[in-house]
Order: sequence, then C-alpha cells, then structure tokens
Amino acid sequence: MADSDTTLAIHEPDLRHHFDDSAQQLDSSTLGMWVFLVTEVMFFGGMFGAYTVYRSMYPEAFASTSHFMNVTIGAINTGVLIFSSFTMVMAVRSAQLGQKKAIIAFLVLTLILGCLFLSLKYVEYHEKWVDHHIPGPSFQYQDPRYVHQAQILFFLYFAMTGMHAIHMIVGAGLLTTLIVMAACNRFSGAWYTPVEMIGLYWHFVDIVWIFLFPLLYLIGHTQ
Amino acid sequence: MSHQIVSIKVYAAVFGALLALTITTVAVSKLELGEFNFVAAMTIAVIKATLVVMYFMNVRHANSMTKLFVGAGLFWMAILLVFVLSDYLSRGLLPGPGWL
Repeated sequence: MADSDTTLAIHEPDLRHHFDDSAQQLDSSTLGMWVFLVTEVMFFGGMFGAYTVYRSMYPEAFASTSHFMNVTIGAINTGVLIFSSFTMVMAVRSAQLGQKKAIIAFLVLTLILGCLFLSLKYVEYHEKWVDHHIPGPSFQYQDPRYVHQAQILFFLYFAMTGMHAIHMIVGAGLLTTLIVMAACNRFSGAWYTPVEMIGLYWHFVDIVWIFLFPLLYLIGHTQ
Repeated sequence: MSHQIVSIKVYAAVFGALLALTITTVAVSKLELGEFNFVAAMTIAVIKATLVVMYFMNVRHANSMTKLFVGAGLFWMAILLVFVLSDYLSRGLLPGPGWL
C-alpha cells in the first residue's frame, strides 16, 4: 500500500489513474492484445477454411503444385522467422531487466530478420512471375489437366502469403516505432508494455507462417 | 510485476526445438506416408505453435482471463473448420478421405 502511495506521489507517468497498479494495467493491455489477436485468428481462419475446402476438392492438383514451390527458400524463411521470434523475446527480456542498449540491439536484429524474410519472399514472388504462376489471363501450368485447379492454389498462395507479408510490413513499422521509443528512453524496467504487446503480434505472425509453410510448400513432395 | 524473468536457456531451448521441428517437417514430407503425411505435417505445426504460444507469448504465466480468451479463439477456429467441412462432406460436395 505504501508502495502504491509512493507511486502516486511521484506521479508515475506510465500508470493511468483508473488502474490500481501497474500489474493490473499490464494485465489489461495483455487481454486487449489477445482479443485483437483472436480477431486475427478468425481473419486468417477464413482463408485457411477456403484452403481446406479446395484442397479436399482437388487433392491431386494441389499436390502437383509443390514441384513449383521453392522449398529451400520457404524453409530458410521459416528459420528466419523463428530466429526473429527469439530475438523479439530477448528484446522483451532486456526491457524487463531495463537494459536499454540490449532492447535496441535485439529490436534492430528482429527488424533486420523481418526485412530478410520479406526480401526472400520477393525473390519467390519474382520466380512465380517469371514462371507465369500468377493467377489471371497469363497464367500457365505445366500439367494441362490441372490448369484451372492449380490456379486456385496459386490464388490462395498469393492471398495467404500476401496477407502474411502485409502483416510483416506492419510489424516492421511497429518495430521501428519501438526502436525510436527505446532510443528516447521511454521504457524502463517498470514500464515496457509496447515492447511486450508488439512482441505478441510478432509471434502471432510467426505462428501463421508455421502453418502456411507445410500447407503451401510441402503438400505433394513425395509424388 | 506479475512477470518473472525467464532464463535465456529456456528461450534458447525453445528456439532450438522450433528449428529442429522445421527440419523434421521438411524431412517427413519427403517420405511416402499417404494420408499420414498431412497428419504428420499438421501435428508438427501444432506442436510448434504451442511452443510459441506457451513460451514466447508467455501464455503459461498469463492470468486465467487471458487463457480463457486464447482458448475461445481456438474453439471458434475449430467451429469454423469443423462446421464448414461437415457441411461440404455431408452434401457430397467433397470426395472425402479414403478412410471415410
């Protein structure tokens, strides 16, 4: 009790007056962030639902597209994203310990890995462009039996990885904001909520990719 | 603060496990397992997602209200997939897996 009185007395700038203490404030932010992430689960869920239906409808056509996916880049990108989740969690840990330089270093590393992911994604999209695997009038497919059905898979591929990439770009913007905030000494061991919340967002985007990788790249590798 | 600081060893172990599972999922996809390929790939993906949610997103230390919301999200996702599939399968719009 004496502790919270002191907090009020020094007019803690990061504790809003309608919260009892900073623990309650953090719990409230965490819950709000999770509510947002659940809406994101439903958003991506619609696309995963569409994928499930069409893959069940055209299993052979979907399996045949795996030959044209760049599994090497896909697997490297999975590793890059997992590594970026690790550096993100290390940034949160540094924030908990109040280590300003370490926060900035880990956030910059996370941002670089995010940009590396997007660059590799660009290489893949370029390959699809050269191979005429972009759905539309110029779409071409090597197996004449599956031209229309494979086009559905590539449509889902671009919708799902594209929406994922947009989330990565938004995440990169959020990380940049965090780096600036950290450089301006906005975080302390007592208040680092934005680092933790954007960390949750970043891990969510990682989880989406964890499902996209086997569903889009590894469908028919044995055939 | 309600959060105790987690040791770097724990995060590094989870990171190593996630990388190992990524290599496993690529390796398993090259085996000829029929319908089990899909089951194996999804099982590995669910294990990886669980590791990220529990350790990196720290849901294992979250309060019960947050856990309830996370569970509700998964439950609604399950409703989406199960109801859509049961609709398509029961109308004969999908070929259905061999074992059905």
